[in-house]
Amino acid sequence: MDFLNNFQLNSLMFLIPSLFMFCCGVYGFLTRRNMIAMLISLELMLNAVDMNFVVFNRFLCPAQMDGMFFTLFAIAIAAAETAVAIAIIINAYRIAKDIDVKDLTKMKF
Amino acid sequence: MESVGSIIAYVVVALAIMIFSVLAVTTRKILRSATFLLFALFATAAVYFMLGYQFLGGVQIAVYAGGIVVLFVFSILLTSHPGDNSSKLESKKKTVGLIGAVAMFAVCAWSLISRCSVIKNLPDLGETQLPTMKQIGADLMSSGDHGYLLPFEAISVLLLACIIGGIVVARKK
Amino acid sequence: MEATLPLLILVLPLLMFLFLGLFGKFMSHKWAGIIGTAGMGVTMILAYYTAYLYFFSGNFVEDGTRVQYIVFNQDWLSLWGNLVIKLGFLLDPISALMLVVITTISFMVHLYSNGYMRDHHGVWETGFQRFYAFLSLFSFSMLGLVVATNIFQMYIFWELVGASSYLLIGFYYTKPSAVSASKKAFIVTRFADLGFLIGILILSFTTGTFDFMSLTSTPLAGVENTYIVDAATATTALETGAGQMFLGGSLMTWALVLIFMGGMGKSAMMPLHIWLPDAMEGPTPVSALIHAATMVVAGVYLVARLFPLFMINDDLGGAALDIVTVVGALTAFYAAVVACTQLDIKRVLAFSTISQIAFMMVSLGVSRPEVHDNLGYMASMFHLFTHAMFKALLFLGAGALIHAVGSNDYTAMHGLRKRMPITHITFLVGCLAIAGIIPFSGFFSKDEILTACFGNSIIAYVWMSMVAGLTAFYMFRLYYLIFWWKEHKVHEGHHAPKDQPWTMTLPLVILAIVATFAGFVPFGDLVTWNGHPHHGGINWMIASISLCVALLAIGLATIMYRKENPLPERMRHLFPNLWTWARNRFYFDELYMFITHKIIFNSICKPIAWFDRHVIDGTMDAFASVTNKASYAIRGLQSGNVQSYVWVYLIGAIVLGGGTVAVIFLFF
Repeated sequence: MDFLNNFQLNSLMFLIPSLFMFCCGVYGFLTRRNMIAMLISLELMLNAVDMNFVVFNRFLCPAQMDGMFFTLFAIAIAAAETAVAIAIIINAYRIAKDIDVKDLTKMKF
Repeated sequence: MESVGSIIAYVVVALAIMIFSVLAVTTRKILRSATFLLFALFATAAVYFMLGYQFLGGVQIAVYAGGIVVLFVFSILLTSHPGDNSSKLESKKKTVGLIGAVAMFAVCAWSLISRCSVIKNLPDLGETQLPTMKQIGADLMSSGDHGYLLPFEAISVLLLACIIGGIVVARKK
Repeated sequence: MEATLPLLILVLPLLMFLFLGLFGKFMSHKWAGIIGTAGMGVTMILAYYTAYLYFFSGNFVEDGTRVQYIVFNQDWLSLWGNLVIKLGFLLDPISALMLVVITTISFMVHLYSNGYMRDHHGVWETGFQRFYAFLSLFSFSMLGLVVATNIFQMYIFWELVGASSYLLIGFYYTKPSAVSASKKAFIVTRFADLGFLIGILILSFTTGTFDFMSLTSTPLAGVENTYIVDAATATTALETGAGQMFLGGSLMTWALVLIFMGGMGKSAMMPLHIWLPDAMEGPTPVSALIHAATMVVAGVYLVARLFPLFMINDDLGGAALDIVTVVGALTAFYAAVVACTQLDIKRVLAFSTISQIAFMMVSLGVSRPEVHDNLGYMASMFHLFTHAMFKALLFLGAGALIHAVGSNDYTAMHGLRKRMPITHITFLVGCLAIAGIIPFSGFFSKDEILTACFGNSIIAYVWMSMVAGLTAFYMFRLYYLIFWWKEHKVHEGHHAPKDQPWTMTLPLVILAIVATFAGFVPFGDLVTWNGHPHHGGINWMIASISLCVALLAIGLATIMYRKENPLPERMRHLFPNLWTWARNRFYFDELYMFITHKIIFNSICKPIAWFDRHVIDGTMDAFASVTNKASYAIRGLQSGNVQSYVWVYLIGAIVLGGGTVAVIFLFF
């Protein structure tokens, strides 16, 4: 019970899960071929970063709220970005009848 | 020294974050993937609540979990047939991706642990010092130090542009 | 004086230009013509009123002297120090005179074009509205030029005038000859303006001012011969500047000669005259307005504007005025000789214009305070006025003939006097006026020019009298060839030439009346170099001699050209070389072609072109082809596959991040 008595929440305890979440996002982004699945991975990464902001804010300078505001705006931007990305995906689907990222390589040159 | 309840809550939340993240990127059914993303987002919101940012947690649930995931679900339904499995990944690609992600994790974790200055115990604050709604509102509308009026306005323009852009891009020709 | 009226004189044509230029194609041809003409009419009335106020209200006379009056003078470009370019409105005898001349001729031409710019079946010329817009633009620029308060404003409008002249000469832009004529006019005058600009820079650098009033200060205000102003800083600076020599001429002489070079270009003085005959490719009303009455006298106006400076220069022993005289005298004779042999009636008139402008130049050049108190200046302005009237009349008459016959060549005309009586009478009036027959206006102004020449030197007098005789001769040659001789068969029947509609004949009649009576204007009271009234009267001795010369020349022309006869042929065979040379305009164009093509193009331009093509372009091409090849080689990296990009990015991030942390971990 000594361990339980001395247990203290520290920043690493939040940063590691957040990092894990981020790396999951990276893995998903690298391996998934469905564009929506890639977008979901992207959201995971964004979310992990948001969490980092909040954690650093809370642990390093709790008197201010800047990290929180960054997260707030990041959420708003993420919403906007997702909307546009989905619009593009739907458009791509309409053109290619498919949203496999391997098939959408025409805009390279 | 934390209460047993908060320890349990932390463990549950941390596990939820990791498990749902992994599931979201590994499941082959795309709709499930979105559902697991939703759970991961909920867990993140729980972290915010735990740290005392109630407003942010609310926003996380309302916008992320409520808005964006619904958007995902709709687009999934528009672009794929229910019951479709995404094709099985080649094991080689899977391995390579895993190596990349693990390498990333290793580097970042190593750098986090080796820089001990970021490891801090949770500062104990009285209830009064946590941000109140009134303070958040005042800061969002203030143009002084730590005021966020300009980004607030900018983001309103950005959202408008996104509305228009989304319509223009997705519109049927 | 209120600034509103003078401002309106400038603004109205500009507005007309913008209005017709922007909205012209949305309105019918007829209305575009009516609106343009009405706008110019209002401008004319305003200009008349302004000139009336200036000359006759008495508000602008102090101690018996007409003053130079600045209506407004606005800062336009304030660069630094005293390098301030202003736009303003200067009212003095010559600018008021020019206001009247420009607006009158411009209005007549606007009216006339309503008839000229459509064919016999009433079909309007394409681009009719554009034509009116350009006419308005020209009127605006010319008015801005004459009322300029400073030499830089004058330069700005000078170029604007050149540009609108370019646009109008090239009005028939589908015709290659018109296009090359407009280019020629623009390039030649532009070349001359280079000299003008350098002259302006020298002048304003030494004096520190652009302003005409400070440059020529107080010659109008003071006593007799007070043109050397001791107090005025500008003039002092000029006198100091005059001490510096460059290539045998003082700085001031150089400045004035270079400025005069600009005037030579615009006023088609030899050897920069080559553009004017070609400029006749434009529509005839344009030739009447721009290339006979207004723009081409800008050079004369420029010299007149800076005349006090020329006098100071002459007083200090500079040669600027003598150069003006010599260039003018040579040009006058040359153009008169060439005019005797041309076939195209518009070209005859063009050379006649060159010759007459040269008269004005000579008159300015011989003007000295000791010769009848600068009679030459007054005579020059007087001749400018009368010449504008009768030359516009002649051009518009020629336009009516061309419009009726459909050709510029007099050999296609012959014997038109019964078919086109109004044109005939008015053209005859113009010929009599330019020949200097009493009581037509040309008699008075030419007489005063000859008097001024006589006062200066007997050589100048004899020379110019001879040119005056030649003028009478070639004008009546033209007159007889057009209106007498036996009529052509083709003129019979349905397409017989006849007098043109009233829009074309009315300006002819009005101008003929003006050309007849303009000589009785008491010019000496109105326009003199220093604002003092000048009461010279007619020198009857010189007047009767020149009248005799003119009558003799007309008599000779009558003998040779009244009926078809072998005399001209015999004359031609008597001086075969002279005739060929004159017919080919003394090969000036060929000389220019030789110099530009053979000498400049071959020895300068070709090496430069080679350098440009092989060295400069070669370097650029090498850059381009290296870039092209390199990107072709590496374009495989751009697979279009997003995930492979992410891979590259991820590896980079891991290496950078890991490396940074490792370095920090190991060394700190």
